[in-house]
Amino acid sequence: MVNGVNLLFQFLDNFAFIVLAAAGLAIIFGIMGVINLAHGEFIMVGAYATTLANIRYGLPLIVAVPVAMFVTALFGLVVERTIISGAAPNWLWKYVRMGLAGGLGRLAALDAVPGRVAGGLEAAAERLPEQPLVEPLYDRLADSMVATWGLSLILVQGVRIWFGNSLDQVGTPVVPFVGETVSPGEIPVLNLIVTNSEFSYSAYRVSLAVIALGVLAVVYVLFTKTDFGMRARATIQDEDTARALGVDTGRTYMATFAIGSALAGLTGALYAPTITMVPDMGTGFLVESFVAVVVGGPSVVLGTTMAGGFLGAISATVTNLMGSTFYGRIALLLTAIVLIRFLPSGISGFVRTIRERRQEAT
Amino acid sequence: MAAETAGSGSALPRPVVAVVRAWQRIFHGPNTIGNSWQFWAGFALAVAALFSYPVLAGGYQASRFALFIVYAFLGLSLSVVWGYAGILSFGQVAFFGVSGYTFGVVALNFDTPFGILGAFAGAVVAGAALSFVLGYFMFYGGVRDVYVTIITLVVTLVLETFMSQTAGDEWTIGAAPLGGFNGMPGIPELAVPVPGLLVQLLGPLGVESAPIVLGAGDGTFYRFALALLVLTYLGLRALVNSDYGRVMVAVREDEDRTRMFGYDVERVKLAVFTFGGALAGLAGVLYAAWGNYVSPGVYALTFASLPVIWVSVGGRKSLLGALVGSIALAFASNSLVGEWAFVIIGALLLVVVLFLPRGFVPAVRDMALFAWRTARRYRSGEPEGSVSENPEAAADAEVTD
Repeated sequence: MVNGVNLLFQFLDNFAFIVLAAAGLAIIFGIMGVINLAHGEFIMVGAYATTLANIRYGLPLIVAVPVAMFVTALFGLVVERTIISGAAPNWLWKYVRMGLAGGLGRLAALDAVPGRVAGGLEAAAERLPEQPLVEPLYDRLADSMVATWGLSLILVQGVRIWFGNSLDQVGTPVVPFVGETVSPGEIPVLNLIVTNSEFSYSAYRVSLAVIALGVLAVVYVLFTKTDFGMRARATIQDEDTARALGVDTGRTYMATFAIGSALAGLTGALYAPTITMVPDMGTGFLVESFVAVVVGGPSVVLGTTMAGGFLGAISATVTNLMGSTFYGRIALLLTAIVLIRFLPSGISGFVRTIRERRQEAT
Repeated sequence: MAAETAGSGSALPRPVVAVVRAWQRIFHGPNTIGNSWQFWAGFALAVAALFSYPVLAGGYQASRFALFIVYAFLGLSLSVVWGYAGILSFGQVAFFGVSGYTFGVVALNFDTPFGILGAFAGAVVAGAALSFVLGYFMFYGGVRDVYVTIITLVVTLVLETFMSQTAGDEWTIGAAPLGGFNGMPGIPELAVPVPGLLVQLLGPLGVESAPIVLGAGDGTFYRFALALLVLTYLGLRALVNSDYGRVMVAVREDEDRTRMFGYDVERVKLAVFTFGGALAGLAGVLYAAWGNYVSPGVYALTFASLPVIWVSVGGRKSLLGALVGSIALAFASNSLVGEWAFVIIGALLLVVVLFLPRGFVPAVRDMALFAWRTARRYRSGEPEGSVSENPEAAADAEVTD
């Protein structure tokens, strides 16, 4: 028997999970074209930062969440500079190369070195590659995937070595469970709904749906209404033209990547109270996030909302009908396959096509 | 370059020259690394060394190494599909797993030599059939690039989720329980049925019993897998250097242009994808027979990413790179114990992608070629920098991407 209230809560929970998991990736993969397989680990960094800030340093959760976002953004910045854009290794190479060339030249000039070897040394000094060593990973889909997978391995294992196999969890804020465990006076409205239900549901996780919508609204405003958003979209659409018009594209890439990372950090922070803190907690987010971004299509905010709503609804319904989350997940994944096959430009691309067609008709 | 040595050297008898010519026609070409007699000499040495490994290192080590050889099939299948036809598939492990499970189910139900032979063939067909259906669904529906990757990944995860919940008794096919998360144990070893008459004939050669069981313990499985791998490698070399191989590479480089030349791009992609599925399926069968076990872990995200890692590190646009990458990395991650193993593997991946984006094997080849030319130039006393202007040397360079 499908319980309407239970179904609604399940849906809100799934919706929040999918949207929040996808929020950061929608920017990094959806906009910037980096297949970030370490996305789950970015979320993990956010969750760990929250937990450590809250438990080790005693910050209240409301402060720990922005701290975690900041930490993850900073982390994303470092990753962008060293791996994704390769700016840091290239900058280093410029000086290492100068040093090497100078050193080889001086070695060749020594009297003890025979003439033939000296010639070779000089030739070698000239041969040191002058162009940047590392090509940026932007729009190199396969390479970005492999590189970020390497990063993910390092992060998971590094965190395991550093912090051990698990951390103490942050206590759930507000009320742990709606239902019998709560005294009726605390949150009457939610409680009223759930008294009929045989299930109890974490009110915290359900309320994340509201936060998810809030996050999407902020992203929407940031990328469509601000000066930065304009520059970011210009850079991604046509880097050369944007640069010709005076946009510092390197910095824009950097900032956009950091924003995507901060959103991943926020997701981690929000889920820190409800998920066991293990180093590989991020893998639980990875698949849902990629599916949502691909199914959502090119328009980040609209697409992610609709993908979250659609996939969340399917998953919640099937879970309730069959009484097992296994089937809900299978249904979600199969729906994603069918959607990608029949709407190759995603839901938002499909909506756009329909809108254009309607405009042409009128 | 070997063509000139063999042809102009005319000291060789004519049949030898003819064989060398035929060998070059079949196996040499711009799509593979190693088009010289030096390469083949090294190849023969390596194969001989690998064949003598069980004798040198013992049965246990050989049995352990056999797993990496099995993985090499998986790596090769991805190299063909991704490196040569440009289809980045995360689903090679899906075909691998489906074949492994099929082999297990059939072989447990028909545990006779002929039953196992049938299971072997049927399982490879099952992998190929799944990849055919999936490929048809994708390529004829206009799914391209990264969307193929995501769909194949999602299919793999569907299989993982599904197989993980098959623990109940209702998920028993004949005598074979699927076993859910814990997997399916007790899968029989490979066996070759030999008729009684043949046993008597082959008695002097050491064949004493029918059937011949390719057990993991005594190194017979290892030799069988290795022989199959050498044949597969040679076969794939012939394939990618054939006209069809050139069409595959054309599809990888520019689908639209290839279509303009009149090739049926979808059909090529479907054929290559199906073939890759069969090859991954072969790896799956060998895997199930090797460990007598298969579990939903073969569909997990971590395992699904392994072939991509092996092939990218080794060099995806070269069969040799995929082969060496698979074996070496599987060996390394298996041998590296301790908590830093994954950190080292991850760092290796980062370094290769950032600094050697074409892969390790092509980079080593380029370095070796550079060193060899430099040495030759020194010996013949040519002036500095003459090599790059030398047309012969330029033509000598093998194009790998």
